[in-house]
Amino acid sequence: MSALRRGRAALFGRRPRTVPARPAPGEVLVRAEDLHVRLGEREVLAGIGLSAYAGEVLALVGPNGAGKSTLLGALAADLPADSGTVYVDGRPVSGWTAPELALRRSVLPQSAALSFPFPVADVVRMGRAPWAGTALADADEESVAAAMAAAEVTGFAGRPFSALSGGERARVALARVLAQRAPLMLLDEPTAALDLRHQELVLRVCRERAAAGDAVVVVLHDLGLAAAYADRVAVLHDGRIAAAGPPSEVFGDGLLSRVYRQPVEVFPHPRTGAPLVVPVRAEAKGEPAGNPCGPRNADGDLTSA
Amino acid sequence: MTLPCDPPRGGAAARDTGTAPPPSPRAPGGAAGPGRPRRALWLAAALVTVLLVLALVSAGVGAYRIPTADVLASVQHRLGLGGAPLDRVGESVLWNVRLPRVVLAVLVGASLGCAGALMQGVFGNPLAEPGVIGISAGSAVGAVAAIGLGLGFLGNWTVTACAFVAGLFTVGAVYLLSRNGGRTEVVTLILTGIAVNAFAGALIGLFVFFADSGQVNQITFWQLGSLAQATWPKVLAVLPCALAGLIAAPLYARRLDLLALGERPARHLGIDVERLRLALILVVALLTAAAVAVAGVITFVGLLVPHLLRMANGPGHRFLVPGSALAGAVVLAGGDLAARTVAAPAELPLGVLTALIGSPFFFWLLRRTRRRQGGWA
Repeated sequence: MSALRRGRAALFGRRPRTVPARPAPGEVLVRAEDLHVRLGEREVLAGIGLSAYAGEVLALVGPNGAGKSTLLGALAADLPADSGTVYVDGRPVSGWTAPELALRRSVLPQSAALSFPFPVADVVRMGRAPWAGTALADADEESVAAAMAAAEVTGFAGRPFSALSGGERARVALARVLAQRAPLMLLDEPTAALDLRHQELVLRVCRERAAAGDAVVVVLHDLGLAAAYADRVAVLHDGRIAAAGPPSEVFGDGLLSRVYRQPVEVFPHPRTGAPLVVPVRAEAKGEPAGNPCGPRNADGDLTSA
Repeated sequence: MTLPCDPPRGGAAARDTGTAPPPSPRAPGGAAGPGRPRRALWLAAALVTVLLVLALVSAGVGAYRIPTADVLASVQHRLGLGGAPLDRVGESVLWNVRLPRVVLAVLVGASLGCAGALMQGVFGNPLAEPGVIGISAGSAVGAVAAIGLGLGFLGNWTVTACAFVAGLFTVGAVYLLSRNGGRTEVVTLILTGIAVNAFAGALIGLFVFFADSGQVNQITFWQLGSLAQATWPKVLAVLPCALAGLIAAPLYARRLDLLALGERPARHLGIDVERLRLALILVVALLTAAAVAVAGVITFVGLLVPHLLRMANGPGHRFLVPGSALAGAVVLAGGDLAARTVAAPAELPLGVLTALIGSPFFFWLLRRTRRRQGGWA
């Protein structure tokens, strides 16, 4: 089977590619150096310096419009840098061809679309396309099955993509990215469309990949998820990195309140000690004693408790 | 060279999340895997059979009737496998009138079907079709210009070459005008088609206005679409174009599948999207030019055929692209047979016939797409 594939690849003039070796733990898989990106008139990224290492989950957080998705797009080589450089696997992204990059990083876009109603299994199998013609193509079926199990989409493998709900589509897209098995995973808001259980599932899968030696860069809105699952977080604010480091060090009341323009409280989880981020709210609702919004009588006066 | 994700971990992941691991690695493919190729094979076999039967019937039916057995005998004779030649008239009718027409119908149908499948893939839109969005009309401008201006710099191939250049230009223009962020909205595509068709119509009108009466007759033939003037030299004139396109098209099938994810995801999976797009535009122009140069504007084949095949065997391009060529050949061979026989001894223009059947189908498709999207926005 693989000999046949290789023969076909040679016939169609595909250049044989060298499969990259597995990264050593702690190796830099993607690095941005003084990265500036303009979208139209606006400078969305204004001097970003950031690295992601093999074996870690790096979360990008920040308010709307801070430049999280733009940074991810620049790391994925979707958006050209205005100045500065993005290095993937030690080489500037402009120095790689599309097929070479596909062996080194996978990308989960914010929204999953499909022009034609391919069945779910076929969509996930598309993630294996970069390996066609290489020795690792033999692992295709096994990786597809493992990825579908990990994202919990095995149950609707035969259904057309167009018949799925938003959350199911998001998980199929994730399964496709997992099946690609690139050492660097870039995920743009993978939990946006998901319910509680599947949000946890996705982040757990990220942790597993990191434990296996991959680098996972993930854009998150939920600071609780970031605090619980990321080795490091980078807080973006106005196109710059306001702070980067382990969540327990970075997540402080002052920084988050300023960046999100919303007073927050940060306190350790009573059992795990992971930082919990809660917005400061005026009053909790429905408190029994001394509550000015308590039950009232027919005249609108407060009834005595 | 270890795997980026070793197998035991996959199993552990499945356990953690409470799902039973699949019974075998092949299981998830069960729905699309082994079943699909077998159905594709059956479909292909059925289409080839129908095509052969249609070709045989077409060769025999007409004002001068030739029994099927005699057709077979004559073909056998020419191939040097025994058999027996027909009488002089029969032999001439079969080999100089009927067979070039059958071969031409097959070539043109295959080109149109295949071009339709490719265009829908490139545009990421199931309503794209050379006729609907004006590529055929654009090619026709080239062909009409060649006739109207009396060009002959490439001999027999002049009309085809002009149709190709004009077609290429039109596909490029439509592509640039109708896309936005890697996708083509239906409304934009159809409106662009209206504009392109109108402009091409005006140019053809100009050539008609300045042409003499002989040329006008020739040009009218293009606008209706017909295979009535089929000869072997005409077959030869389009053969290189059509064959080049038909051989090249299936090579892009796998990449077209990935393109369905959108432009960026396709690039993330290692597709050089710019190059793929250029190559496919070239192939579409080749195929459309081949069809238009010899048969005029025949619409809706490229729309209808890939749609029916997608319903029958799913959207995978590895079957869809060659399958559309085959099914296109069947449709046009059948269509031409009908055009010749329905109103015998008169002959309906083939383009009129396909449009009569194709337009309602297109209408139904529009309604369905609209319903699914909840309006055009």
